[in-house]
Amino acid sequence: MAKRIDVSGLSAFYGTTKAIEDISMSIEPRSVTAFIGPSGCGKSTFLRTLNRMHEVIPNARVEGKVLLDDENLYAANVDPVAVRRSIGMVFQRPNPFPTMSIYDNVIAGLRLAGVKKKSVLDDVVERSLKGANLWNEVHTRLNKPGAGLSGGQQQRLCIARAIAVEPEVLLMDEPCSALDPISTLAIEDLIGELKSQFTIVIVTHNMQQAARVSDRTAFFNLAGVGQPGKLIELDDTQRIFSNPSVQATEDYISGRFG
Amino acid sequence: MTVTAVVEDSRPVGRSLTANRLPKWAPAAVAVGSIALGCGIGAAAGLASHLQWGLLSAALFLLISYGLSARVEGRRQAKDRFATSVVWVAFILAVVPLVALTVYTVQQGMDVVNGNFLSHSMKGVLQSGPGGGIYHALIGTLEQVGLATAIAAPIGLLTAVYLVEYGRGKLAKAVTFFVDVMTGIPSIVAGLFILSVWNLALGFGYSGFSGSLALAILMMPVVVRSTEEMLKLVPNELREASYALGVPKWKTILRIVLPTAIGGITTGVMLAVARITGETAPVMMLVFGADYINNNPFDGPQQSLPMYIWTQYSQVNNDFGYARAWGAALVLIAFVMGLNLVARGIARWRSPKSGH
Repeated sequence: MAKRIDVSGLSAFYGTTKAIEDISMSIEPRSVTAFIGPSGCGKSTFLRTLNRMHEVIPNARVEGKVLLDDENLYAANVDPVAVRRSIGMVFQRPNPFPTMSIYDNVIAGLRLAGVKKKSVLDDVVERSLKGANLWNEVHTRLNKPGAGLSGGQQQRLCIARAIAVEPEVLLMDEPCSALDPISTLAIEDLIGELKSQFTIVIVTHNMQQAARVSDRTAFFNLAGVGQPGKLIELDDTQRIFSNPSVQATEDYISGRFG
Repeated sequence: MTVTAVVEDSRPVGRSLTANRLPKWAPAAVAVGSIALGCGIGAAAGLASHLQWGLLSAALFLLISYGLSARVEGRRQAKDRFATSVVWVAFILAVVPLVALTVYTVQQGMDVVNGNFLSHSMKGVLQSGPGGGIYHALIGTLEQVGLATAIAAPIGLLTAVYLVEYGRGKLAKAVTFFVDVMTGIPSIVAGLFILSVWNLALGFGYSGFSGSLALAILMMPVVVRSTEEMLKLVPNELREASYALGVPKWKTILRIVLPTAIGGITTGVMLAVARITGETAPVMMLVFGADYINNNPFDGPQQSLPMYIWTQYSQVNNDFGYARAWGAALVLIAFVMGLNLVARGIARWRSPKSGH
């Protein structure tokens, strides 16, 4: 199910401003790849180019290629909606649909894609909530509003919602930045479990988190304010945090800047 | 070090954190006192208008609460009390006409409104005599407003969806501009427009529908504006969450954005309905008015409540006419208030829930 991603020569723009420049990298299937780097270096922008969410913003555009296995996501006749079905996303702030119950939130993707059969949906809800380590906490109140859960529970609900549509890749944009340490731990454990099925890419500002959860780490940096962000290096997490090959990476992770 | 020392030195020695405060019931007491005083002075000076008594009391209230507070609590507190008092006085000045209007209409209309009044038309009723009712006007208003809503609500809703979700560039700017202009169109102008296009150029006769067209023109910009504001309130994160699940844009709008905003949208539409229910000018010009029941809004003159009130007051122009006008006014107010309550109910029922 999990697929690999190959990016080559990718640049992203907001209007005339270039946000990231000429990024090439490979993301391995069934592994966790973490993006770290100072604020404004384009980590989130790059993440959003991977499932064509970047172009949702008015005047935003992308140049370059993103291959999911062997298909170019930016080829002329690719439907962004289909791309997003196979590459799911979890956002920084938990965003369950406020009009929907917990149950409806989990199956939102399927129901809006036209799946109606109750038995199928029931199965998906149980499997996804169990997959997101939330089943035990909410299975008695599936019909209560999703917005009534705590922040950490809401974020796991959003993860359940994302994995319910069975994507090949799961993108996470700072999924723990709005959560307390206990909820963060729950989500990190979950990421460890999910990587057996999905290709996971996670943006994080927390370097300990990158070190804890990821197999490979990419460091992004920008030359100065107003300059586009660039990929500095991508390597095994252990190597990045012990013996990086670029001086800027070492400076950043040892806290000398950023 | 020197800086902190200076700051500490500049603090007056021995200032207490407690100060004299007026008791909690003081503002109420001052209010009662100044009203009594105001009425007393008014009566003594022989001022005929009770409005003058009231304004006198309000001015006394402001003065006394400032003076009293300044004596007991100090200048800063006095200013605070003064500002609070001004807010209260302004609030009461705003509420008095509303309450007076409602109470007076209820007083005048109560005796007139009964089963007979609601279920009979004016057909064959002598204008110089008692009797008759508003059934034909009620039917007319319901049909005209219903048709206008059926035209304006969908167009307005879709326009707002276009402006918020799709509109970019010149077309969106032009639409916004014309919606703003339309908001300010006087109702008589909307009536004249339909009269010249629909009735004169295209040759259709007087009908309820013709009035509905003018009402729809008046209603549309209000619906667009309120729906637009409600759609803008829907957080972008919800749209992105939906896109990220592989849901197409149109389905996101239909199933995520509109349901999230539906409470506010319904309220906006209901308020727009309430606004056009009271329109008289275009109805007069296009529906023409009738004494008899005409259930067909597409053919022939009809009646409507605002126009009925106008006819009874200015055309019939006797005590029986006045009484019927008050009765119709009461029904009209009750109708609009009912719509408002329904709108509030829907808004509360459909608003996103966060409870446990």
